[in-house]
Amino acid sequence: MKVILLSCLLVFFSLMEAKTIRVGSAQSYSKIKPALRSVENGDTLIVEHGFYQEGNLVIEKSIVFIGEGLPVLDGDKKFEVLSIKANNVTVKGFMIQNSGCATLDDPGGVKVYGSNDVTICDNYLYDNFFGIYIQYGKNCLIKNNKIIAFGTEEQQIGNGIHCWKSDSLLIIGNNISGHRDGIYFEFVTHSVIWRNISYHNIRYGLHFMFSNDDAYFTNLFRSNGAGVAVMFSKKIIMVNNSFEDNWGDAAYGLLLKEISDGYIHGNKFFNNTSGIYMEGTSRMQVLKNVFKSNGWGLKIQASCMDNVLENNNFLGNTFDISTNGSLVLNTFNENYWDKYTGYDLNKDNIGDVPYHPLSLFSVIVEKNPPAMLLYRSTMVMLLDKSEKILPSLTPENFIDNKPLMHALAL
Amino acid sequence: MNRIIKFIFLDILKNKIVLLYTVLLAAFAWSAFSLEDNSAKGILTLLNVILLTVPLVAILFATIYIYNSAEFIELLLSQPVKRTTIWFSLFVGLSLSLVLGFLIGAGIPILIYAPSDVGFMMLAIGSIITVVFVAIAFLSAIITRDKAKGIGISIMLWLYFALLFDGLVLFLTFQFSDYPIEKAMIVISALSPIDISRILILLHLDVSAMMGYTGAIFKEFFGTTIGLVISFVILLLWIAVPFFISLTKFKHKDL
Repeated sequence: MKVILLSCLLVFFSLMEAKTIRVGSAQSYSKIKPALRSVENGDTLIVEHGFYQEGNLVIEKSIVFIGEGLPVLDGDKKFEVLSIKANNVTVKGFMIQNSGCATLDDPGGVKVYGSNDVTICDNYLYDNFFGIYIQYGKNCLIKNNKIIAFGTEEQQIGNGIHCWKSDSLLIIGNNISGHRDGIYFEFVTHSVIWRNISYHNIRYGLHFMFSNDDAYFTNLFRSNGAGVAVMFSKKIIMVNNSFEDNWGDAAYGLLLKEISDGYIHGNKFFNNTSGIYMEGTSRMQVLKNVFKSNGWGLKIQASCMDNVLENNNFLGNTFDISTNGSLVLNTFNENYWDKYTGYDLNKDNIGDVPYHPLSLFSVIVEKNPPAMLLYRSTMVMLLDKSEKILPSLTPENFIDNKPLMHALAL
Repeated sequence: MNRIIKFIFLDILKNKIVLLYTVLLAAFAWSAFSLEDNSAKGILTLLNVILLTVPLVAILFATIYIYNSAEFIELLLSQPVKRTTIWFSLFVGLSLSLVLGFLIGAGIPILIYAPSDVGFMMLAIGSIITVVFVAIAFLSAIITRDKAKGIGISIMLWLYFALLFDGLVLFLTFQFSDYPIEKAMIVISALSPIDISRILILLHLDVSAMMGYTGAIFKEFFGTTIGLVISFVILLLWIAVPFFISLTKFKHKDL
C-alpha cells in the first residue's frame, strides 16, 4: 500500500515539476509567442541571443523569463513590447526596444498590469515610449535596468519608470535618461527608491504626486529639465541624494509643493538655479544638507510653516535664501552661512551675533523681477550692506540665532 | 597728427600715475582670481572693480590732463595745425595710454585665468569703457574753463553713472512694477554705458538663468548676435557722441 501511495506521489510531483523551455534558432521554439502559450506556472523560459520582433508579448503565467546574451525584443514602434499580467514573474536580461507611442493607452517597454511580486532586473530599455510601467503593482522589484530614450518634447515621450496606484515597490540601481520624468510616482505608497541615476530627462528626474510614506536614498539627479519634484505627498524621506546642475529659468534642485511631515537629510544641492523651492510645505525637517554654488540656495515661500532648518551648510550661493512675504513661520538654527561676518568670543563655534540670511536684493527681486537688471551693481551692494546692519525692509524675524562659525563636515 | 599722438602718448607713459594705475589693476585682478576658487567668480569680482575704478580713473585723469595741457594746446594752435587734429590727437593719445594700462594691468591675469569668450568680452568692454569715459571727460573739460568746476563735473558724472543711475532705475522699476517693463528696461539700460557693460558680461557668464523671465528677455536681446552688435554700437555711440560735441565746442572756442 505504501509503495503505491509513494509512487502515486512521485508521479504527482513529476507532473508538478517546473519545466525549463528554451527559445532560440536551434531550439524547438524559435519564437517567443508560441513558447509563452505552452508555459505553466513556475516554468522557466530562457530566450537565447537573437532578434525577436513579435508584436506584443503577454506573460499570463507566473514564470521566470530570462534572456541569454541580451536577446532583443523589438516593438517595431507599434506595440507594447512586454505585458505582464500574472503574479510572481521575473524578467531578466533583455534588450527591450522601440515600443509604440500612443497617448491613449500608454504602451511601455515593460508594463505590469495589477500583479504582485514582479521582478524586472538587468534589462536594457532603449527608445521606448514608457520604459517600465507599473499599474496596481505590489511588492515589485525594479533593479539595475538601463533605460534610455531620446525625447525632445514632453508630450511625445513617457516616463522612464512610471508607477501608478502601487504599493511596496523597490526601485534600485537603475540608470535613466532622456524620458519625460526619470521616475514617476502617482498614488504609490510604502516604496523605496535607492541608488538610481536619473539625468537629462526632459522634465523631472524624479516626480512624486499624491504618494505617501515613501523614501528615496542615495540617488543622483543631474541636469534634468526642472530637477526633482515632490508634490501633494506626505511623509517622504529624502536622504543622501545629490541634486546637481539643474540650471534654467524654471529649474530647481528639489521642488516641494504642498507636502508635509517629510525629512530631508544629508543631501547635496550643487549648481542649481534654486537648490530647494518650497511652497505650501509644512513640518519638514531639513537637516545637514549642503547648498553649494546655487543661484538661490533655498526659496521658501511665505506659505510654508513649521519647517525646521538646522545644521545645513550654505556655501557660495548667490542668494542663500529668498522669500516672498514678511511672514516667517519656520525655524532656522545652527546653520553655517559663508556670508556670515560675526564673531565668536567664547569660542563655542556659535556666532555671538544672530544672522539675517535674507538679503535686501533678494527681497527686491522677489517683489519686482525686472530689478534683476541691477544684479551685481555697486548701488545694490551698498544697499545690501546697510540692510544687513539695520534691517528695515527684510522681515526681522527671518533670523538664525545661532549661526555656526565653521562649516560642518558633511 | 601722428606726431602729436606719439608725443602725448609718450608724455602720459612717462607720467607715474598711469603706471601706478596699471600696477593697482594688476593687483586687483591677480588677487581676485587667486582668492576665488573658480575663474567665473574671479571674473564677477573683477567686473565690479573694473566697472567702478576704470571709469573713475579714466574720467579724472583725462579731465585733469586736458586742463594741464591748456598751454600746450595754445602753443600748438599757434602752429599751422587744424583744431580738429589737435583735439583728436589729444583724445587718441589719452585713450591709447589708458587702454594700454588697462590691458596690461587687468588683461594679462584675465587671459591667464579666464581665456574664454567671457574673458575676451571683459577685455573689450574694459577698453571701450575706458574710451567712453575719456570722451565724457573731454566733454566736461570743454564745458567750463574753470578747472575746479570741470573736475567737479567729471566726478558728478562718474557718480551718476556708477551709482545714481542704478538707484534711479531701481526707483523706476518700483514705480512701474505693475506694467510689463522688461523691454523698456533694455532701452533704459542703454542710457548708461556701465549698465550695458555689466549686463553684457553677466549674460555671458551663464547667470542669466537666475534672472528668470527678465533674464530670458534680456538673453533674447543681448544674447543674439544682433543684440550683441547693437549693444556694441550703443557703446561706440557713447564714445562718438560726447567726443563730437566736445569737438564742435572746441572748434568754436575762444581760447
